[in-house]
Amino acid sequence: MGDFFGVLTNGNNGRVFLDGFTNTVELFVIAALCSLTLGMLLGAMRVSPVPTLRAFGAGYVNIVRNTPLTLVFAFLIFAVPKLGLNINPFPSACVALTVYTAAFVCEVVRSGINTVPTGQGEAARALGMTFGQVLGLIVLPQAVRSMVPPLMSVLIAMLKNTTIAAGFSVLEAGAIQDYMSERGEPRFGVLLWVTIGFLILILPLVAFQRYLERKWAVAR
Amino acid sequence: MRPFTVAGMTEAKGTVAGVTEADAAAGAGVGAGPLVQLEGVNKHFGHLHVLRDVDLAVARGEVVVVIGPSGSGKSTLCRAINRLETIDSGRIVFDGQPLPAEGRSLARLRADVGMVFQSFNLFAHRTILQNVTLGPIKVRKEKPAEARERAMSLLERVGIASQADKYPAQLSGGQQQRAAIARALAMRPKAMLFDEPTSALDPEMVGEVLDVMTALAGEGMTMIVVTHEMGFARHAANRVVFMADGQLVEQAGPEEFFANPRSDRAKDFLSKILTH
Repeated sequence: MGDFFGVLTNGNNGRVFLDGFTNTVELFVIAALCSLTLGMLLGAMRVSPVPTLRAFGAGYVNIVRNTPLTLVFAFLIFAVPKLGLNINPFPSACVALTVYTAAFVCEVVRSGINTVPTGQGEAARALGMTFGQVLGLIVLPQAVRSMVPPLMSVLIAMLKNTTIAAGFSVLEAGAIQDYMSERGEPRFGVLLWVTIGFLILILPLVAFQRYLERKWAVAR
Repeated sequence: MRPFTVAGMTEAKGTVAGVTEADAAAGAGVGAGPLVQLEGVNKHFGHLHVLRDVDLAVARGEVVVVIGPSGSGKSTLCRAINRLETIDSGRIVFDGQPLPAEGRSLARLRADVGMVFQSFNLFAHRTILQNVTLGPIKVRKEKPAEARERAMSLLERVGIASQADKYPAQLSGGQQQRAAIARALAMRPKAMLFDEPTSALDPEMVGEVLDVMTALAGEGMTMIVVTHEMGFARHAANRVVFMADGQLVEQAGPEEFFANPRSDRAKDFLSKILTH
């Protein structure tokens, strides 16, 4: 048991854990905001009346969703610098996570939009609303309620996907175990603490999901 | 199919209560031509030819009731007029302008055409009052206070002012449909399209909706009404259009049509619905 807690307290181990998880949270928050925005835009494209935009949205989803995340990371961190663009690993990791997660967000948004009866959009169009107004005022507000649970699943998956960045020179939670094993800390204890760290990070997301579901359940 | 002439319409006009000579004159003053004109309109759903060379002209202030068996293309015709359905060929002209393609000019045109749906389609996440004010505020850019005031007077007129702060799901079908009519009227439309407005209602609620529509017809609103309510067709229409298999088979003033249908299809249809 002493060993187990020692993992956190020995030397400056606590510092490594703290830095690792801070980077994970930063990576998560930035990539979450960006992928929600990009995913929302892609979702809007997929239901827009303009065929080119619809095709672009569909093409994006089909290409990106079928590409392993590790490959997306490798592209951004190893291949893009070869084009003469020198970006640090951290921003590259944010971009990789955004590009990848946005495809999933897009599909959640689209399925949410599909839960709203077509008559709602028709009535809005019949009033003379533009596409943006129909989507923003009528369809999306009714779609978010059913989008919340799958969207949280996507975000939780993304939070865990941040660990892939460890393989690409970003010091985040997934990299902690390497540092620790160099210092001779027991693997079991280290991995358990990392797991506990992720559980603690995910709990607020679950609570947030509950809150949103309850909040939006009333207004109708 | 011969396009219906404005001259032919005037005979029917005299038979309708509430439409005064002044309305007819005012209507004629705005623009000489018909308000809605369809020329050689064709539409397919896959292999199904739902509209076949449809020609129809609706004058300002005219109330046209479209009847016919299910699947005859009545609803499609109605929805094509504000381009909720696109057409394959032909021309639709509203207030002197051909229907624009998707985009801002189409949105502007739709703002001038009120539409009432079979399933009401009130915005489920907004109160009745918000349903009525949303269009004027967001599309017409009216001041919220003004829009609210006018919305309340419209809700008063259709008899549901006391329900203004409820959500659509809390209202009966008849009340919802009256709210939907108020929502359409709030845009000050030049014409109103009704796509089977009473078909989803319980029988005891049909009357309250038809009363509102009859009053509207009496005020000189241009209306195109797809319905199975023969009573409404008889007393509120200037003209009855009978559709079958995507074609306009026959059109006449309501008295003439119900007393002496000329085509076999119309005779057959009327015999089926009027025997009960």
